[in-house]
Amino acid sequence: MSSLIGRNLLAGAEKDPAGDAGHGAPGAPGEHPPRVGFFTDTSVCIGCKACEVACKEWNAIPEDGLDLTGMSYDNSGGLGASTWRHVAFIEQSKPLGQAHADVGHGDMDVLALAAQGSGTHPVEDGSAANTPAAPAADGTDGDGGQDRGELRWLMSSDVCKHCTHAACLDVCPTGSLFRTEFGTVVVQEDICNGCGYCVPACPYGVIEQRPHDGRAFKCTMCYDRLGAGQEPACAKACPTESIQFGPLDELRVRAQERVDQLREAGVSDARLYGHDPEDGVGGDGAFFLLLDEPEVYGLPPDPVVTTRDLPGMWRHAGAAALTLLGGLAAVFAAHGRNGAPVRGFRR
Amino acid sequence: MSGETGGSGDGRTSGDGQGRRSGYKPGQVYGNPAEERESGSVADVTKEGQSDVRPGRAALVGGQDLTDGHGDGAGDRGATGVAAITGRSKPKGTAKGRHRGGRRRGRKGERTVVPEAEFTSYYGRPVLNQPAWQPLNIAGYFFLGGLAGAGSVLAAGAELTGRPVMARALKTSSALAVAGSAAALIHDLGRPGRFVNMLRVFKPTSPMSVGSWVLAVYGPVSGAAALCALGGRLPRVGRAATAGAALIGPAVAAYTAVLAADTAVPGWHDGYRELPFVFVGSAATAASGMALAMSPTAENGPARSVALAGTALENAAMKAMERRLGLVAEVYRSGPGGRWMRAAEALSAAGAAGAALLAGRSRVAAGASGLALLAASACTRLGVFHAGMESSKDPNYTVIPQRERLDAASGS
Repeated sequence: MSSLIGRNLLAGAEKDPAGDAGHGAPGAPGEHPPRVGFFTDTSVCIGCKACEVACKEWNAIPEDGLDLTGMSYDNSGGLGASTWRHVAFIEQSKPLGQAHADVGHGDMDVLALAAQGSGTHPVEDGSAANTPAAPAADGTDGDGGQDRGELRWLMSSDVCKHCTHAACLDVCPTGSLFRTEFGTVVVQEDICNGCGYCVPACPYGVIEQRPHDGRAFKCTMCYDRLGAGQEPACAKACPTESIQFGPLDELRVRAQERVDQLREAGVSDARLYGHDPEDGVGGDGAFFLLLDEPEVYGLPPDPVVTTRDLPGMWRHAGAAALTLLGGLAAVFAAHGRNGAPVRGFRR
Repeated sequence: MSGETGGSGDGRTSGDGQGRRSGYKPGQVYGNPAEERESGSVADVTKEGQSDVRPGRAALVGGQDLTDGHGDGAGDRGATGVAAITGRSKPKGTAKGRHRGGRRRGRKGERTVVPEAEFTSYYGRPVLNQPAWQPLNIAGYFFLGGLAGAGSVLAAGAELTGRPVMARALKTSSALAVAGSAAALIHDLGRPGRFVNMLRVFKPTSPMSVGSWVLAVYGPVSGAAALCALGGRLPRVGRAATAGAALIGPAVAAYTAVLAADTAVPGWHDGYRELPFVFVGSAATAASGMALAMSPTAENGPARSVALAGTALENAAMKAMERRLGLVAEVYRSGPGGRWMRAAEALSAAGAAGAALLAGRSRVAAGASGLALLAASACTRLGVFHAGMESSKDPNYTVIPQRERLDAASGS
């Protein structure tokens, strides 16, 4: 553990949060494992929700409502006490990269195709009937784009960010929230007294109190599985490797390669979110590759750990307290002893 | 982990949506985008421009007024729940996409012909989670803490300047108020039986931990001051306790502002510079009200001055905070927060006027002014509480200031 003296531990880049929390530094005896995290590559997410299910099952999270939101294929709404993975669905009228979303299907006889059956027929006359017509560049596309079905679905599996500077952990008055040796943030449920302070502290809206239970719950990054050398349940279950688990340093390199690859392929919207150790929360332990602005996915565009401003808050509160004390003292001094009032203040 | 599964038995019933702590209820607050689609208020936009409205078939792109005369105001209607999904390529302007209320917000009130870039959100859902705090518990906790803290200072001043009735009344009210404030805090815990866990650690980064320790010291001291004053015994202990409570009191009154500000709630956090002054002003208002209500006219001169000073500080700090909050200040002007703040302003004006003009002569007027001032302080706390909750429910209050910050950083 490097010295904590003279460092701002409330905000800014922090190389080794687990070490700063008292776990053995790398190289030292009793060294802690490297910081691990999630890289969620939403460009390959298919919205299957296997992560949601795996998380619920492994962590024995109670059911929290089989409600239909009526807004999309999203039926869990957002992260909460009993939803530690949440798959967001966004439907947009935008092309995805250079995909030919505007291929015309107007002259396709679907009934004839259906009559052929589902198998692929051997090509008889040289024209593959199952291949849609090429984009009409010859002027037939004059229908005002009516049939241009430009559409994309964005799907993203959201999760606790396990911030480098975790506001929930900072403000927890009981010490129930703590930093693990893996650099993740976990609630000790046997200590939490349900004060609920962590809930509004989280800039991402992750942690929440469970109704009828009272205590706060959130993703543990499967602390039990990590301890046994396993990867978290959601990452294990993800069929497309959209959720990637590993040492954070490696994930950041991999994410940069992926975003470069996507941009080269023409997906200019691709960007990383939460990867920057210099950002408002000192970098997320779980970061994302997004295909649109973060707020489209329900993520704050520039989250800042609230305790960054805590010294300023205490200073202002101190000034206010002194104002109260001094102001009231001045009032009594001006009024003087009762019975011998200072003239001018008494009627 | 084991504790969590152990506690999940009763948690399984949590999906019924009946509990007071239950959060999102589908279809109640956020509107129903399917209806938007049905009504054809959402149209499609292509590179070449906007295609016509296809009732029942249009892809879900709402939030933005794409129809420009075709639909009946998709900007307003779509705002009731459809995600505003647009690239932000043009300069920011209007901030539609509001998910309820139908009232448009933004720098410009007028609808423009060219759809401007919108601040988007995920189907209008809040970015932040709302705490399950109950208004009466938490606002009551703020109010009683302020009443107790400032009351202890007033009590000490009254005792030192020969106003024994006022001193005794305020010592008593402070002791009762701090007991009530602790009770409100404990009652609001999800697990009240574990309230002692608050004193398990001391964490300067947690205003609630600091506050718990401050209350743990202040409570017994103010209690001792009250008991000695009422019992008439142990005068030396009483004087020491009175002085001690007067020194800790301002901390009790001020720290609750840090408690509120040290969150991601835009209406609280962004006003962290002014909020402590609002809170100590409100505390002085409450304590002066108690002093006016409980002491004879012969002793209430200082209380009348404090009433004026307290209301002036509270209102001035509030105005300064609204200026700093910018867009987010709306939550202090409209909605439940606005209603409580207006009530607080009216009551504090009435109380301060009564204290200044009548309370020196009429015991009844002094009592009425005192009650008005107490109510004003309580309304301020409720207003701040509700304003904060509102600001955390609306994604615009989270997204827009952050987006503007990002744009300013990248633009410079």
